[in-house]
Amino acid sequence: MFPLTKDVKRLEEICREVRALIIKMLAKAGSGHPGGSLSAVEIVTTLYFSVMRHDPQNPEWEDRDRFHLSKGHACPVLYAVLAKAGYFDESHLWSLRRFGALLQGHADKRTPGVELSTGSLGQGLSVALGMALAARVSKRGYRVYCLMGDGEIQEGNVWEAAMAAAHYDVGNLCAILDYNKFQIDGSVDEIMSIEPLEEKWEAFGWHTIVVDGHDISDLISAFEQAKEIKRKPTIIIAQTVKGKGVSFMEHVVDFHGRAPAPEEERLALKEILGDG
Amino acid sequence: MGELLYARDYYGKALVELGREREDIVVLDADLSGSTRTAKFGKEFPNRFFNVGVAEQNLMGVAGGLASCGFTVFASSFAIFATGRAWEQIRNTICTNELNVKIVATHAGITVGEDGASHQANEDIAIMRAIPNMRVIVPCDAYETYEVIRVIADIPGPVYVRMGRSKVPVVEERKGGFSLGKGEVLREGKDCYIVACGLMVHQSLEASKALEGMGISAGVVNMPSIKPLDRDLVVDLAKQTGLIVTCEEHSVIGGLGSAVVEILSQEQPVKVVMIGVNDVFGQSGSPDELLKAYGLDVASIVEKVASAVRSI
Repeated sequence: MFPLTKDVKRLEEICREVRALIIKMLAKAGSGHPGGSLSAVEIVTTLYFSVMRHDPQNPEWEDRDRFHLSKGHACPVLYAVLAKAGYFDESHLWSLRRFGALLQGHADKRTPGVELSTGSLGQGLSVALGMALAARVSKRGYRVYCLMGDGEIQEGNVWEAAMAAAHYDVGNLCAILDYNKFQIDGSVDEIMSIEPLEEKWEAFGWHTIVVDGHDISDLISAFEQAKEIKRKPTIIIAQTVKGKGVSFMEHVVDFHGRAPAPEEERLALKEILGDG
Repeated sequence: MGELLYARDYYGKALVELGREREDIVVLDADLSGSTRTAKFGKEFPNRFFNVGVAEQNLMGVAGGLASCGFTVFASSFAIFATGRAWEQIRNTICTNELNVKIVATHAGITVGEDGASHQANEDIAIMRAIPNMRVIVPCDAYETYEVIRVIADIPGPVYVRMGRSKVPVVEERKGGFSLGKGEVLREGKDCYIVACGLMVHQSLEASKALEGMGISAGVVNMPSIKPLDRDLVVDLAKQTGLIVTCEEHSVIGGLGSAVVEILSQEQPVKVVMIGVNDVFGQSGSPDELLKAYGLDVASIVEKVASAVRSI
């Protein structure tokens, strides 16, 4: 099993490395989604390095906790974290989105550690619910984590799943909403408001926790709290910043789906890693 | 005529048997469990049955999630909702991931009857067939339905099975024993072969008998496995007679007829007459009235086959 840590300094250091890998792999690929990958760095890193029971040497371990990336376009953050955790060699990051590559443009199950292919928004919570019910039917103790985007919850399928998850009292399901406030066409508020979020999810029968999605201590506490809620699904509404960690990408909708150009890559890496 | 039985009754029976034999069978429905007959499984195995309510998109996602954890999942609804409402979930969750989900739908085709056009799926074969990794099966009667369910429970990956609402006659000419990718010649023919699926197998057999009286020898093939199709059999029949008639309770666009034409146009070009619903919506009426109105009754089949044979 993968050795987990609660050392926040160490986790922050891993997050810095993950951010740098995201920038490098997207710059090399020449296309992809930096904004929603950078906003989820602390969430995904905390899950894999501090929360989930998993084994990079045995990705199919039956009792592993599952992470389902419903916002499949944010696969660069998952790829970087999986590489850091040892699921595959980091060299694969440099062939992201290439023909025949292990790392596809949206999350794909051919990649070791990726549970299932995703990319079409709104479907993941249902799939995660199915996994959570599978644990119940097979009397296994694993937990299921599902990362969704904020624009994504405009899909009706999400609310079908939300209703059902509460109906089935699945305490082993924890959704995380990467609330970075932007979708492709603009700000979520302008395109299609999703507020009031807490009230909506509570009305659907969920336990809700609101956290700063870039504060690792907050995230660790939230995931611990979620584990204690046995008869309800939990959603962690993570307040995040799109493009977090690179000043000229933060809150900039253009970087939802545009890779950094070479000069932008240089500046971004300098900012993430420092001058050293 | 063979005994009249509901195919869905035999689906329900096969599910319960599978449930008793195998712990890995899980069944899902979307508020139609009484009609689809999955309710019987639900009653006996409440811990392995989930009725997700009127929510077909969630139905397919949950089915996929369960299957990804090792379960053999049967997900049922009416054909129009199972395939139409949730098409993209079936494509992007179930089929891209090759998940072990058996989508077994009832109430396909115009013989749904009085409920009318909104409930009459005439496009489901087309849209399921178009998805990579999906297999499409249309059993011709209750007994074949039972065999199909038993067989697909052992075939990994996604499968779509289609049946109707109404009772259908048992096809007594079948030897039995469904196998994926195989068709069966039920009546030999010299002038042409009618390749049919579902209820239209019975209709075609009746038509063939009537045609015999008119001096026309029309063979009949039961073709339950639409994808994969029995390529060798179709090519062989075309070689033998030079005329193929396809017959299905589905649109002529994208169904069994299209599958047959896709093969023959490339491997054995012969004239193919496609009998099906001609790119129109259905309406309310009794199944018999509707079969007649849309050219799927025995008399219409006889007329179309006779005309095709005489024109060659």
